[in-house]
Amino acid sequence: MSSVFLRDIVKRFGSFTAVHKTSLEIPEGQFVTLLGPSGCGKTTTFRMIAGLLDPTEGDIEINGKRVNDVPIHKRNLGIVFQNYALFPHKTVAENVAFGLKYRDVAKDDAARRVAEALALVQLPDVGARYPKQLSGGQQQRIALARAIVIEPDVLLLDEPLSALDANLREDMRVELKRIQDRIGVTTVFVTHDQSEALAMSDQIVVMSEGRVEQVGPPEVVYNTPASEFVANFLGASNILPARCTGRANGHVALEADIFGQVAVPAEKAPLVTGEGPAKLVLRAEKLLLARAETPANGAIAVDATVETVDYQGQAVRYFVRAGDTQLQAINMIDERPFPEGTAVSLRLRPRDCTALPA
Amino acid sequence: MSVESREARQPWILLSPALSAVALLLFVPLGFILVYSFWLRTATGADQAGFYLDNWAEALSDPFYRDILLNTLKIAAITTLVCALMGYPAAYFIARSRGNKAILLLLLMLPFWISYIIRTMSWINILGVSGAVNWVLTSLGIVAEPIQMLYNETTVILGLVHFLLPFMVLNVFVSLDGIDTTLEDAANSLGATRWQAFLQVTLPLSLPGLAAGGLLCFVLGAGTYITPLVLGGPTDAMFANLVFEAIITQLNWPLGSALSLMLLAVLGALVLLYNRYLGMAQLMKGLG
Repeated sequence: MSSVFLRDIVKRFGSFTAVHKTSLEIPEGQFVTLLGPSGCGKTTTFRMIAGLLDPTEGDIEINGKRVNDVPIHKRNLGIVFQNYALFPHKTVAENVAFGLKYRDVAKDDAARRVAEALALVQLPDVGARYPKQLSGGQQQRIALARAIVIEPDVLLLDEPLSALDANLREDMRVELKRIQDRIGVTTVFVTHDQSEALAMSDQIVVMSEGRVEQVGPPEVVYNTPASEFVANFLGASNILPARCTGRANGHVALEADIFGQVAVPAEKAPLVTGEGPAKLVLRAEKLLLARAETPANGAIAVDATVETVDYQGQAVRYFVRAGDTQLQAINMIDERPFPEGTAVSLRLRPRDCTALPA
Repeated sequence: MSVESREARQPWILLSPALSAVALLLFVPLGFILVYSFWLRTATGADQAGFYLDNWAEALSDPFYRDILLNTLKIAAITTLVCALMGYPAAYFIARSRGNKAILLLLLMLPFWISYIIRTMSWINILGVSGAVNWVLTSLGIVAEPIQMLYNETTVILGLVHFLLPFMVLNVFVSLDGIDTTLEDAANSLGATRWQAFLQVTLPLSLPGLAAGGLLCFVLGAGTYITPLVLGGPTDAMFANLVFEAIITQLNWPLGSALSLMLLAVLGALVLLYNRYLGMAQLMKGLG
C-alpha cells in the first residue's frame, strides 16, 4: 500500500497541452477519482501514473520514490482497463495467475492466491473457463481479480464500469467499493460519470481542459463547488449574476436579481472575498416548486411559470421562468408534476446556496 | 412461397454465379484430368482412351518421382520458414505503425503490379554472371572472374521467398492488426517485459495468421514451376516441372495428369490437416 504524488506534471502532445501543470496527492489507502468530461486530461493523467505515458515535465512519486524512469512492468500496479483486456487465449485462472509468474511465487502458493482472488470477486468456480464464456460483468470481476492478486501498490481503474449496462453498473459499483475497502489498496479511478464518482470516492478530483478544478470529498465537491464548471458538471445548477454587499454573522450577503437578498453561509462562499460582483449558485434539486398560494415558511419565495416539464419517473425536471431568467429545478414528484404553463412559487433556502466570485 | 423457403433459397441464388464458375472452370477440367490419367499414351504418340493404371503405376512406383516430390516439399518448407522469419517482423511493424498503415500495405502490394515471371527473371540481372553483384565485385577487384551464383537450390528458394513473402506478411498483418494493443499493456502492468508480453500474448494470438500465411506459402511454393525453371539448375526441378515437362514438352497428357493429381492429393491433404486443426476461417480472413 502506498501513496501517489504528482509533482508539477505537464503532458504535451506536440503543441497541444493535455495536462497543464498539476500537482496532486493521492493518500495511502484512499479511493481517489479523476472525474471530468472526455478530453479533460483524466485519462492522460491516469496513463502517466500507470507508466503508459511519460510526463513532459514534473515527477511522479509512488511511495515517496520517483518512478518517472521505472518501466510499467516494474511499478507493481494493478490496472483494470476499460475493455478489461483479458487474455482471450488463456483460461480465467491463467489470466489471474499471469502477474504471479513474474513475482517468484511458488506454484501451490500461486494457486491458492488465484483461488482467493476469485473468491473475493465472488466467482470461485470459473477458473477453467475462457474469458469469452463469461458475461461482461463477470469479465470485469476477473480483470479486477487479476489486478489485485499481485498485491499492487496502487490499483488503477480506467472507466471499468462504462461497458456494463445500467443495472449491472450499479451493482458493480457497490461490489468494487466493497473489495477496495476490504483490501484497503490505494486506488485511482477514472470516470466521466458523476454518480460513480460521488458514490465510490474518498476524494474526487474534478478536471476540465487539462486542469484540476477542485479536489475534495464527494459531499464537499457536490455541495460547495469551487467553480462554475464543477457546479454544472456535478448535478445541474443555476448560476445567477449577483453582487456581494457585505458580510455579517458568518454569512455573506448577496443581492441577486430575482431573489433579492440572499444570506449565504460564509463556509459556502469561501472564494468570495470583497464586495462587488459575484455569482449565486443554486442546485436544481434545492429549488422547490410550490403552489402559488402556499405559505413560504421563511424560505425565499419568487413567482414563476412552468415552461417545460421533463418527466423522469420518481423525479421531474422543470424549466421555469421567473422574470427574464430561466431556471431549472429537479423535484421529487408528489402525485403528479405541475403541468406546463402553471403559475408556481419557487422556494429557496439561503443555506442551500453557494456563492462564487464573478 | 413462404418466407422461410424464400430465405432458404436466397443464399443459393446469390451463390449460383460463383458456383457455376467454380464448377465449369475447376471441377469440369479436374474431371477431364482424372479421366486422362487413366488413358494410355501409345508408342505412336496418340492417346488411347480406356482404363489403364500404367500412368499411376509409374508415378507411384518410380523413386525418381518420389524423390522430386520430397525435394519439392523440402524446398516449400524452407521457403515457408524463411518467409515466416522475414515476414513476421515486417507484419508486426506495419500493424503497430500509426497512420501510414495504408501506404505500407500499398508498398507491400506494389510487386504484384509486375508480372511474376519478370520479377523472377530480374534475379538474373542481379545475380547473373553479368549481373549487378558480379559487376560490383569485379569492378572493385574483389574477385577476378564473375562468380556463378544462379541456378541452384538456394536461388530457387530466394525466388520463391521473393514471390511469396507478401502473402505471409499480409496474413500475419491481419492477425496482428486484430489484436487489442491494451492486452500488451495489461501484460506489462502485471510485470511482463515487452518481450515477455510479446511471447505470452501477441505471438500466441497471431499464430492463426502465421499458420494461414504458412499454408499459403507452402501450397503456392510447392506448386510452382516457373521459379525452378528460371532460377534453378538442371537438378533443381520441382514436382510441377515434371507435370510441365510431361504435358508441354512430351505431350504425354495421361502421365502429366496422373502426376498433377498426385501433387494435388499431397497438397490437398495438407490443407485438410490445416483445416482440421486451425480452421479455414482464418485463411479466409487473411485473404480478404
